[in-house]
Amino acid sequence: MEMMSVYSSLELDRAEGLAIDELIARSQQPIPDPDRWLEEERRPNVLITSVDAVLNWGRRSSVWPVNFGLACCAFEMIATAVSRFDIARFGMELFRASPRQADLMIVSGTLTWKMAPQLKRIYEQMPEPKWVLAMGVCAISGGTFAGSYSVVPGVNRIVPVDVYVPGCPPRPEALLYGIGMLHQKIAKDSIAVKR
Amino acid sequence: MQFEANYGYIALLLIVAIIFAASLIFLPFILSRLGIIPRKPDPVKTSTYECGMETVGKSWVQFNFRYYFYALLFVLFDIETVFLYPWAVHFKQLKLFGLVEMLIFIFVLAIGFVYAWRKGALEWK
Repeated sequence: MEMMSVYSSLELDRAEGLAIDELIARSQQPIPDPDRWLEEERRPNVLITSVDAVLNWGRRSSVWPVNFGLACCAFEMIATAVSRFDIARFGMELFRASPRQADLMIVSGTLTWKMAPQLKRIYEQMPEPKWVLAMGVCAISGGTFAGSYSVVPGVNRIVPVDVYVPGCPPRPEALLYGIGMLHQKIAKDSIAVKR
Repeated sequence: MQFEANYGYIALLLIVAIIFAASLIFLPFILSRLGIIPRKPDPVKTSTYECGMETVGKSWVQFNFRYYFYALLFVLFDIETVFLYPWAVHFKQLKLFGLVEMLIFIFVLAIGFVYAWRKGALEWK
């Protein structure tokens, strides 16, 4: 009998609405950007730095993004992926349909509160190390819809963001620049840093 | 001498291939043991991926048993098509012998088809 209630559309709507209300109440403050570890005190060691160099080279040379297009920015992301701008130059042409195989989440566009739980869940299902790139002003701050009841004012309310790419929408060159910034950030990663 | 040298290269390639494949399999295990690769399982991460939605209900859903008959009949005609294509391509070379062989083959399949028809497998009750 319990199953029946789950499949009823009214009950489903109510349950979803309550979950989203609860998420909105929990997400009033932005999550701080994960950049504290960049300034952390480190004692370099030949073994650690050489392992770091190999590991970070591998990680930044094949950052596989999760296939997650939200709004109009997704078209710029697609344009970046295909032949003219050719994201394959950075080993990133494999947009994975499953978060299990992905390292980077490009949040491309407006995130609504209704979509937010799914974004959070997909992010949580990605294996570490994982990075998030907020693409476009909507993903950064809500943009034009910042005051709207239905739009998340910045995806950093939901997931920690590593790189912000401004623009409405950002051109593919801007996205590639943001990816370059992410590569620089990955290059600073170390196995000695506890995160 | 020339042949031996060439086989040497193949052996070298084989050794490199085995080492490469083995390292790809065992390196993650070793790095995971050393704590270099992060391993943080949690209930959400290990749960089923369903486009970011929470899964509802069980995956053990019962299907109508009638689909089974349709799958069997599909396999019957599928195999028939698979054999008919190469026969049709080489129809002229095979001459009368091929035609007779194919007629026997279709006759055997037709018996099965008629049997299924008579048994009512094509009707959705």
